[in-house]
Amino acid sequence: MTSTTAEATATTAAEVYKARPLTPLQKLQRVLHRHPEISPLAVLVVACVAFQLANDRFLLPSNLSLILQQVSIIGALAVAQTLVILTAGIDLSVGALMIFVSMVMGTLAGSTGLPGPLALALGLLVGVAAGAFNGLLVARVRLPPFISTLGTLSIFTALALLMSHGTSIQGNQLGGFLTWTSTSFPVGPFHLTTGVVLMILMYLVMGGVLAHTAWGRHVYAVGSDEPAARLAGVRSSRVLLSVYVVAGLLVAVSAWVLIGRNNAATTSAAVDANLDSITAVVIGGTSLFGGRGRLLGTFIGAVTVGVFRNGLSLARVDVLYQTLAIGILIIAAVALDQWIRRTGARR
Amino acid sequence: MTHTTPNDTTALLSARGLVKTYGSVVALDGVDIDVHAGEVVAVIGDNGAGKSTLIKCLTGAEVPDVGTITVEGREVAFRTPQDARDAGIETVYQTLSLAPHLDIASNLFLSRELRRPGFLGSGLRLLDHKEMRRQAEEKISALGIRTIQDISQVVETLSGGQRQAVAIARAVAFGSKVVVLDEPTAALGVRETGQVLDVLEGLRARGLGVVLISHNMPNVFQIADRIQIQRLGRKAGVITPRTHTPAEAVAIMTGAMELDAAVAP
Repeated sequence: MTSTTAEATATTAAEVYKARPLTPLQKLQRVLHRHPEISPLAVLVVACVAFQLANDRFLLPSNLSLILQQVSIIGALAVAQTLVILTAGIDLSVGALMIFVSMVMGTLAGSTGLPGPLALALGLLVGVAAGAFNGLLVARVRLPPFISTLGTLSIFTALALLMSHGTSIQGNQLGGFLTWTSTSFPVGPFHLTTGVVLMILMYLVMGGVLAHTAWGRHVYAVGSDEPAARLAGVRSSRVLLSVYVVAGLLVAVSAWVLIGRNNAATTSAAVDANLDSITAVVIGGTSLFGGRGRLLGTFIGAVTVGVFRNGLSLARVDVLYQTLAIGILIIAAVALDQWIRRTGARR
Repeated sequence: MTHTTPNDTTALLSARGLVKTYGSVVALDGVDIDVHAGEVVAVIGDNGAGKSTLIKCLTGAEVPDVGTITVEGREVAFRTPQDARDAGIETVYQTLSLAPHLDIASNLFLSRELRRPGFLGSGLRLLDHKEMRRQAEEKISALGIRTIQDISQVVETLSGGQRQAVAIARAVAFGSKVVVLDEPTAALGVRETGQVLDVLEGLRARGLGVVLISHNMPNVFQIADRIQIQRLGRKAGVITPRTHTPAEAVAIMTGAMELDAAVAP
C-alpha cells in the first residue's frame, strides 16, 4: 500500500530527526529540566569557591555553622513559601505573619506570664488561623493570592505593632522554652542550634509529604492545571485552602526559630525575610507558574542566599552591593527557569 | 457491521425528556437518549444543537431543569461530575484534564491514589508508587496503546494522541460502565485518530457503553452503532451507518431533510 510506505518513510525521517546528535547546550537543557536542583547547586558551589578565594575564612566550620544559623529563619519560611508557590500562588504575608506570631508568643510568655509551651501552642494556633484566613480569601472568595496576601501583609504587620506598642520583649523575660531554639550543640567541627535542626526537620517532613502522599500529588496537580485537576476529581478548592493552613502552621514554627535566633520577640527583626523567602524558592528552581519544583531546591536556594550575604560581607563588600547581587541572582534564576521550561515542553 | 440495536436490554444509561434553559435560551427541549452495553452512540449536530448541554447533563456538569436520567434502570440525580463518576459514568473532556507536570501513572491515579499496605499507608498515608506504576502499565497496555514506552514520562512530553490515550485509560481504568468522549479526535492527526478509534472499539468489545460527540462524519460513520442527530435543542432522530449515508445525516442535521419516523430504528 502506498499510504503505508509514505507513512513508514515519514516515520523514518522523523526518527532520523529525533535521533540527531544534540548540541551540548541542548543536552544540558534536558538534564536541567529533569533535575531542576542542579542549576542552583552549581551556583552554590561556584559561589562557595569564589568566596573562599576572596577570604580563606569562608569555608571554616565556624563560618559554615554561622551561615546555617543565619539561614534558619529564611529557610524555614521558604518551606511555607514553596508550598504556596507550587500551587501557582504567592504568599507576601509570610514574613509579617512570622513577626506577628512571634509577638503573640512573646507577649503571652513575657507580659502575661503564660508557661512557654502554652504560649507556643497558642502562637501555632494563631498561625493556623491566619493561614486559614489567607486560604479562604484565595480558595473561596477567589481573590488572586498576590492581592489577598498583600492585604494580610498589612493586617499582620499592623496587628504585630498594635500588640507590642513598638516595644520588644527580651529573651530573659520569655523563659527557657521559647528561646530553646537558640540552644547550640557541637556536631563534629560544626555548631548547630536546635533552630537549625527544626528547620531541617521541616524540610524532611514536608519533602516526604509532598513526594509520598496523595495530598502532595494534589498540590502539584492543582498548581500544574487547576481546572484539569478539578475535572479529574481533585477537590482543588479544599487543597488550596489546606496549603495555606499548612503554610500558616509552618510560618508559626518559623516564628519560634526567629525568637531563638534574636533572643527576643521584636517587630524590628527580619523585615526583609518575606522577599528573601521568595528569592530562596525561585533560586531553588521552583516555577512561579506552579506545578514544578522541590523542597530540596528551595533548601539549596536558601543556603545560596545565605552564602551570598555572608560571603560578600566576609569579602568586605558593602551591604548595598549584597542586595544588588541578590537581585541579579533572582533575575538570573527566573530567566533560567523560563529557558528550561521552553525547551522542556518541546522534545 | 453486524450490530443490532439492543432494544430488548435495559439501557446502561438513558435520559427522558431533558430540558435545560439558560435564561431565554432553550438549550435542550425534551431530549431522550439511550446507551446500551457494548455499543457506541455518536451524538452529532450543528453548533447550538444542544450536543454539549446534553452531555453536560449526562455527566453531572449541569443539572437539567426537567427530565429523568437512569443508570441501569435506577433513577439518578447528578449534582456534580463526581456523582456521575460514582455511578460509573466517566467523561473524557476535550481539554483532557491531565496535569501536565505529573507523570502518566500519577495522572491515571489522580484523586484515586493507592496507599501502601499496613501502617505506612493507613497511618503515615504513604503512596504506593510501585503498585500504581505497575497497574498503570497494565491498564495502558490492556487498551492496546503501544506508543507509550515509559510510564514515568511526564504528560507534557507526550504527543496529542498519547495524551488522549492516557485520558481514556483513566476514564475506563476504574470499573466505569459508560464513557463519554467530547471530540476525542478533534486535535489529532490521521494516524492518531485511528489509534483512538481502535481504543474505542476495544471498549465496545469489553461491553462498555460509549458516547461519542464528534464533528467528524467519517469517524462517526466508521465507529458508531447508532447516531443520534441533535437539531435546535431537540432530537432530530437516531440513524445507523447502515441505513443512512453521511450526506443524509448532514441533511437531517441542518434541517434540509426530515427523518421519517417510520424508518427510524
